[in-house]
Amino acid sequence: MKEILSGNEAIARGAFEAGVKVATAYPGTPSTEILENIITYPGIDASWAPNEKVALEVGIGASFGGARALVAMKHVGVNVAADPLFTLSYTGVNGGLVLITADDPEMHSSQNEQDNRNYAKFAKIPLLEPADSRECKEFTKLAFELSEQFDTPVMLRTTTRTSHGKSIVELAEPVTGLPEPKLVRNAAKLVMLPGNARVRHPLVEERSRKLAEYGDSAAINRMELRDQGVGIITSGAPYQYVREALPDASTLKLGMVHPLPAALIREFAAKVEKLYVVEELDPFIEEQVRAMGLVVMGKEILSLCGELSPGIVAKAFAGIGIPVGAIHESPLPTAPPDLPGRPPSMCPGCPHRGVFFALKELGAYVVGDIGCYTLGFLPPLSAMDTCICMGASVGMATGMVKAVPDDEKKKVVGVIGDSTFLHTGINGLMDMVYNQAPATLIILDNRITAMTGRQDNPASGFTLMDTPTNRVDLPLLCKALGVRQVRMVNPFDLAETGSAILEEMNRPEPSVIITDKPCVLIKREGVFQRESLLQVDEDACTGCRACLKIGCPAMEWLPADGKRGKSHIDPLLCTGCDVCRQLCKFGAIGRKK
Amino acid sequence: MNSVTNILLVGVGGQGILLASEILAESVMLAGFDVKKSEIHGMSQRGGSVVSHVRYGREVFSPTVPEGEGDILFGFELLETARYLPLMKPEGKVIANDLKIQPSAVLSGQLSYPDNLPELIRSRVPDFLLVDGQKLALQAGNPRAANTVLLGAVSKGLDIPQECWFAALEKMVPAKALEINRKAFRMGREL
Repeated sequence: MKEILSGNEAIARGAFEAGVKVATAYPGTPSTEILENIITYPGIDASWAPNEKVALEVGIGASFGGARALVAMKHVGVNVAADPLFTLSYTGVNGGLVLITADDPEMHSSQNEQDNRNYAKFAKIPLLEPADSRECKEFTKLAFELSEQFDTPVMLRTTTRTSHGKSIVELAEPVTGLPEPKLVRNAAKLVMLPGNARVRHPLVEERSRKLAEYGDSAAINRMELRDQGVGIITSGAPYQYVREALPDASTLKLGMVHPLPAALIREFAAKVEKLYVVEELDPFIEEQVRAMGLVVMGKEILSLCGELSPGIVAKAFAGIGIPVGAIHESPLPTAPPDLPGRPPSMCPGCPHRGVFFALKELGAYVVGDIGCYTLGFLPPLSAMDTCICMGASVGMATGMVKAVPDDEKKKVVGVIGDSTFLHTGINGLMDMVYNQAPATLIILDNRITAMTGRQDNPASGFTLMDTPTNRVDLPLLCKALGVRQVRMVNPFDLAETGSAILEEMNRPEPSVIITDKPCVLIKREGVFQRESLLQVDEDACTGCRACLKIGCPAMEWLPADGKRGKSHIDPLLCTGCDVCRQLCKFGAIGRKK
Repeated sequence: MNSVTNILLVGVGGQGILLASEILAESVMLAGFDVKKSEIHGMSQRGGSVVSHVRYGREVFSPTVPEGEGDILFGFELLETARYLPLMKPEGKVIANDLKIQPSAVLSGQLSYPDNLPELIRSRVPDFLLVDGQKLALQAGNPRAANTVLLGAVSKGLDIPQECWFAALEKMVPAKALEINRKAFRMGREL
């Protein structure tokens, strides 16, 4: 049977067909839909972990227990999971273990565009790179076989275009006859004390040698000879762009990008006149090919930054005089000049909006974090001063109050979401209290991991399978860490929120404020509730624009093409959160009767 | 040589663009073509600009439409239709819903929504059809079927049998909305 699947859906299908028993992940674009789709298949214990390190450790435990385990994360998630990953390379596996790293060249939804192929080389483990959804499924299955055959974790790297791109996939039945999981004692392999690890390291090097040999004859590394004047080594999505832009060129399409198949590369190089590498981001393949003593060109004509596309590849080769398939002589249509942009924004009724408005009014220095609330950076709120990585706000707030003069210390406010706080914020708060940094932390508890599309987390009270479970008591957790001042505020009450933040900013000790209104997108019954809607009394509205300062998409300025006008509230978008009403000095906004 | 048909579906996050592009991709697969589709999830879901690429033919490589190769631009909103014109062939076809959704800088009165977009679009890609999707959808029985009206209009220029479209609608649309969507699709196809 054929279906059109995204790369993420195909990986989930591949995991099912490979007989995976345990799957776990922390949500992160572009990887999130893998676990969301895995739950549609029977026989897989699928769960959200609080962070990627825990996810990988759960995967390792399942693998050591004899089950096939899949762990998924976005590229920066592998930074969090790197600690167990590097030693897992030494122990190897029992049941197959596959780590999906979903990279994001072009940073469509990320804070950097690190190239995680480097992790495979660094941790000395094999890395497969599919080029479409069919390969996402096939390579996932192969990855489990290689993991067991070579006693190694295997990384499978997608990029945004393979994760979210869709193409036709042929479905198959799941494998049968896998060994039953059971406890196995094998200290020499599984207890990585120096004495044992010293024995394992040479085995890892030997494994890399054998994997490279495997790659020389593996079907996933495919030489396609066409015109032998131009030979291009490529993999993943860039393979598709090469086939589009240079349909006549010969290609060596690598399915396994680490370790590289040296003999096959030499064979290909000998068959073509000029050798090129087309890869996104780092010169990962190119540098190794050059180190083999071969003459090769790659990043001289292609950027180290951003995604490639058929057009970019065509232009690069046309620029060095190589004929390409599609290049336009006649001018292309242009976009009309000065079109207003359309950046994403916080939803109408979002509980974060009032908090950022209050922070801006108070002149706080906002140490931000990763989530929907990062949109507080955008105008008109423009209330975020830093954003680095998951959980960083807490430690950075501590560091900042250590550094800046006394009169500036009180301005420092960390802002973090519930899911991000549980991910890697707790340790930072422990440090803030332990070392008595007088910063303020606001936990925006909207009861969901919102930015990635509403995933449950340990503070939402439900699992990935929608089963009710324990809900982390955030105030109690903060108190247990030693915070003496923990207070709850209603973020829709601007006066209450503003005065609570001001009081805690002035308090010369660590303090935590927790907001308690849920995300408007939560569909679970009884969590988010729409209040009676608001409307503008046009006779009372003076056109002062005070209500526009919160950037609510339900708040319109009419007429749309004039400077003079009045506010209007779109009844289809308004949730009745009441924040705009509190900004109107003329009493022009009221609840609909 | 290039036997691939390139379609772009553009609009605002939340307008149902992804569903429409899934129906389109399913229809062309049922008609026996190879098909690839690409879009970006994530930040764009929060009311941002959305573009979905659908490509079909005997064999498709890149999931994204190369610049200047677009055959059909299917616009769910006028400003977004104008924004993605550089992906189009000058002789391509633009089919857009006559709908304006104000972006944040217009809502807050900082910028104006361009008032002559249909003319600006037609001057760049002359083959331009403006459709009152809401009005036709209302006639079909549900204002929410506007996307299906537009999809019907797009289908006219494609070599896909009607039964493939209807089979895709049946798979992707909830059963209770199926009849209205069939009707909306036919109305678009007759434009």
